[in-house]
Amino acid sequence: MADNVWILGITMTKFGKHADKDIVDLASAAAMGALADGGVTMREMGIMAAGNLMGPGGVGQQIQKQVGQTGIPVYNVSNACATGATALRTVIMAIKAGECDMGIAVGVEKLAGAGLLGGGGQAKRDGKVWEAKGRYGAVAPTDGRIGTDTMPGTFAQIGMEYGHKYGGADFELFARISEKNHAHSTLNPLAAYSKRFTLEEIMGDMMIAYPNTRPMCSANCDGAAAAVLVSETKLRTLSLEQQRRAVKVAASVLTTDPWEEACQILPNVNTLTRNAAKQAYEAAGVGPDDLDLVELHDCFATAELVHYDNLMLCPEGGAVDFFNSGAPWRDGTTPVNVSGGLQSKGHPISATGIANVWEVCHHLRGEAGDRQIEGAKVGLAHVIGLGSACGIHVLEKSAA
Amino acid sequence: MDDWRSSITTVRVVTDTATPTGAQVPLVDYLVLGAHPHLEANRCMSCGARFFDRRNACASCFGTEFERVAIATEGTVRAFTIVTFAAPGVPVPFVSAVIDCDGTSVRGNLVNVEPDPSKVTLHMPVRLTTYSMGIDDNGTEAVAFGFEPT
Repeated sequence: MADNVWILGITMTKFGKHADKDIVDLASAAAMGALADGGVTMREMGIMAAGNLMGPGGVGQQIQKQVGQTGIPVYNVSNACATGATALRTVIMAIKAGECDMGIAVGVEKLAGAGLLGGGGQAKRDGKVWEAKGRYGAVAPTDGRIGTDTMPGTFAQIGMEYGHKYGGADFELFARISEKNHAHSTLNPLAAYSKRFTLEEIMGDMMIAYPNTRPMCSANCDGAAAAVLVSETKLRTLSLEQQRRAVKVAASVLTTDPWEEACQILPNVNTLTRNAAKQAYEAAGVGPDDLDLVELHDCFATAELVHYDNLMLCPEGGAVDFFNSGAPWRDGTTPVNVSGGLQSKGHPISATGIANVWEVCHHLRGEAGDRQIEGAKVGLAHVIGLGSACGIHVLEKSAA
Repeated sequence: MDDWRSSITTVRVVTDTATPTGAQVPLVDYLVLGAHPHLEANRCMSCGARFFDRRNACASCFGTEFERVAIATEGTVRAFTIVTFAAPGVPVPFVSAVIDCDGTSVRGNLVNVEPDPSKVTLHMPVRLTTYSMGIDDNGTEAVAFGFEPT
């Protein structure tokens, strides 16, 4: 039986605009913060996994040059919006495999001002002849001619499809999900945006892709997060204070999307999330009812709704009723995105899958201040990257 | 649908000076033009999974034999969005939709309908239609498809 893995130290930078810092500055701040939080140094690290999507590549080695070059292996990982979770899981697998007893995972992104993601656009008019290219033999870019490639539009359709299947999901319902997350963000000093919006403001804001208005979309911003992981055997040799603050990784799961009809034209974010959730609950020996808080991938308000169902926080088809019951508000039965979620906390892509784990750890350690979910013992962090990849981590408070 | 996008390096467009020759090309190779325009898929001969792009092997059963099959030209809207903010060069607003064409899901724009949430509805019956994208310097016309309410 492989050793259990624990989070010894974890941190996130403030999300937002960091005009004076590059990705290495942000990642280094997060890495040094996580090491200090865990009471260890780069000397003890046996592996580093580093995630970054938009930068030049090889960010792990660049980070080492700023925080400590000790010759350990670096795994530079890239897995769309699941990149941070993939970095975390890479270190967890190395520890479980017995290759080392401590390692560090870092995720970083600079996205402030990046604008719309996913749309290829239609090329400028400087050519002469229709010429078929690519696997579809397209004579012109198809974004906007054969549906949309944009993220807001893709996830809008994903939410609308849920409404088509089960009913009850309209523009106002999606906007109210966003209202909840923006309300939660007012308690999070590290969020990129911590302004409360009224429902009218959300619905009346600029429409991006119906039914997602601007505040219902994740905020592009800069940020980094890092975590130091340790084997249980090693943890037991550390100080009682380190053991008390350590958080157990009760489950670490990564899935991809199995083939299904329609997945070639609209990514299916449901099945791989449900598959990951099933595996995670089984590995952790907990069920959805045991969760004291959930950080799920609300890249758009329309996405949050479907993941209530995919993570089995409600009966199948019951996501609308689940939301209407007040359950996912911070004073509800299953608080969801008490950090403010991606819509207000922000979504520096590769940092997200570690930052959401930090949020859960923060509560399990009883260190979340004004937004503390009292008595939190178990939490779940979920991310999904289109393409697709889904990462789920279930975290448990230390009994020590 | 990311894989092909980076491969599109040249751009073709309509000029005002070329003379139409009557030649046509479809926007994508799975659109079949002629008297009865329709979409075609590559169907896996082992399991029946349908793909609009060429596949090296079937994503469902790993089979490597495919045949071309015609896709129904009528269907119902299963999901849609009205895109009002898009990449430069993409005219907005437009309606992007997922259409269930007799068991095969198709992605396309809804056309000949007002891009307004009160006019577009889930379950709405639609049919395939084509429209011209213009002619190039050789006089060749490119033809695209969309779906319109029936």
